[in-house]
Amino acid sequence: MTQAQLAQGTSPLLAVRDVSVVFGGIVALNGVSFDMHKGQILGLIGPNGAGKTTLFNCLSRLYQPSSGDILMEGASILTRPPHRIAEIGIGRTFQNVALFPNLSVMDNVRVGTHARTSSDIISDSLRLAWIRRSETSVNKKVHEILAYLDLEDFAHTVVSGLPFGTQKRVELARALAADPKILLLDEPAGGLNHEEVYVLGDLIRKIRDERHMTVLLVEHHMGLVMSIADHVVALNFGKKLAEGTPAQVQADPDVIKAYLGSKDQ
Amino acid sequence: MSAVEDVVEGHEAVEAVPKRAMTLGTGTSVVVLLLLIAVPLFAKNFVIFQLTQLLYLGLAVLALNILTGGSGQFSLGQSAFYGIGAYVTAVMMEQFNIPYFLCLPVAGVVCFGAGFLFGQPALRLSGVYLALATFALATAMPQLLKLNFLEKWTGGVQGLVVTKPDAPFGLPMSQDMWLYYFTLVVVLAIYIFSVNLLRSRSGRAFMAIRDNEIAASAMGVNVALYKTLAFGVSAAITGVAGGLSAIAVQFVAPDSFTITLAIQLFLGMVVGGVGWLPGSIVGAAFIIFVPNIAEGISKGLSGAVFGVLLFLVIYLVPHGARQVAILGQQLAGRLRKN
Repeated sequence: MTQAQLAQGTSPLLAVRDVSVVFGGIVALNGVSFDMHKGQILGLIGPNGAGKTTLFNCLSRLYQPSSGDILMEGASILTRPPHRIAEIGIGRTFQNVALFPNLSVMDNVRVGTHARTSSDIISDSLRLAWIRRSETSVNKKVHEILAYLDLEDFAHTVVSGLPFGTQKRVELARALAADPKILLLDEPAGGLNHEEVYVLGDLIRKIRDERHMTVLLVEHHMGLVMSIADHVVALNFGKKLAEGTPAQVQADPDVIKAYLGSKDQ
Repeated sequence: MSAVEDVVEGHEAVEAVPKRAMTLGTGTSVVVLLLLIAVPLFAKNFVIFQLTQLLYLGLAVLALNILTGGSGQFSLGQSAFYGIGAYVTAVMMEQFNIPYFLCLPVAGVVCFGAGFLFGQPALRLSGVYLALATFALATAMPQLLKLNFLEKWTGGVQGLVVTKPDAPFGLPMSQDMWLYYFTLVVVLAIYIFSVNLLRSRSGRAFMAIRDNEIAASAMGVNVALYKTLAFGVSAAITGVAGGLSAIAVQFVAPDSFTITLAIQLFLGMVVGGVGWLPGSIVGAAFIIFVPNIAEGISKGLSGAVFGVLLFLVIYLVPHGARQVAILGQQLAGRLRKN
């Protein structure tokens, strides 16, 4: 291994350090730590109420941890307001799809480029030359992403009328439009049928390989997590139960107990 | 209409008009523009005055449309910004002898500031609460305009008479006709800028906020900034409309800018179709002409007749003029096929 590869192997892209979240008297997360390395697909699993979505919302700055820190490339993200998370390369999708329902597929994905472009209301109103140039490059990029995710046929369709599976793909396209380094996927398999889940698994791997992304996958669907994740973190009652390769985590007695219950209870 | 679009139509909620097209097609635009240019040449001065009124009230409705249809925020306080714009214009013209065409941009800038500042506290409010806060602004404005220490500029309760400008360069047209064309140019320019704005990155940010604030924020949209900007832009355009009204009516008085005006503008927006900019002019036509029609039907019960007409519109075409336009388009398409 060269020095550079070693350095990359040791310094994580994203580091979750001892994060706790308390809502009133309820401890939703209790001292959770783990690292994400570049190019990894990390699966975050756990039964309902384990704290997966809470952790997810800390990463996208919707919740403020009571203690602990989250570092992106060594710098804390906790001082940033939610709208300044996209610009450091953290993109996300939502559990129940949070698109802009009255906008077309194309406009939804265009909004995804917001963090990577700039403008002001006067230049926008006058459609100055630099705005036209920027819009041209935005459109080119959006078309490329729509083609990549096989969404071109719907480019001008209003999102609210599309089937759920297609809406999920649009959400993925919107997240990709911001050129994220890390893609946070909140239950991408939810609401999909058996076959669609496998297609999705292939797609996530393809995106990681071809677009050089790191993926955090929060998922209920064990089959999906175990088949595509490189590394798995299991949570239960806000604490980290186990961490390791899919095989290691699957064999962990604590994890089996959390999911199936144990005999000596 | 394709099958996909039919599905879309079936899914839409009453308040959410899909924003497929925010404007008219090129052909329709040219026809409307030619009509707007040609009609005054064959009309009497009073009709020309009414058309001018149609244009600047349409502009004020458009401003509300950007705020509500664009960024999803309600306002019953537009009359306040309209009043500020009218007063800034009138005071500058009469007390400081500044030419009318220079007063309008100043009115716009002052109102942008007022709208942007008012947008700050409004950030914490949404839906009906925001409507109430803006209602308070509308209620306060006429009294603020009557304040004693402002009286030497504003004329207090008496108001202020504004001199109607003559046509420049010795153009052979009446004052009313000149003012109509002047208003038309200003309104068209602002209409084009507004269409550009809503189609741009900023406009998409407005609409993203309207549809889903959390998702917009995750995409990097500064929700607080764009919400206040929408308020500022809307107030600025309303201010210019107010300024145009001061010049056309040749008079400003505090009681011209009450909550009634704000509600009329709101009504105009709904009748024209929320979020559909060309509908603004239809909405303005409704608030100017329908009361007259109602009076023609029954003098004693004009209010009731107006109510019935309004009720019919809301019941038959809940999406307003935009729905009529879509129906017309479908009909034309069907006729062409046969």
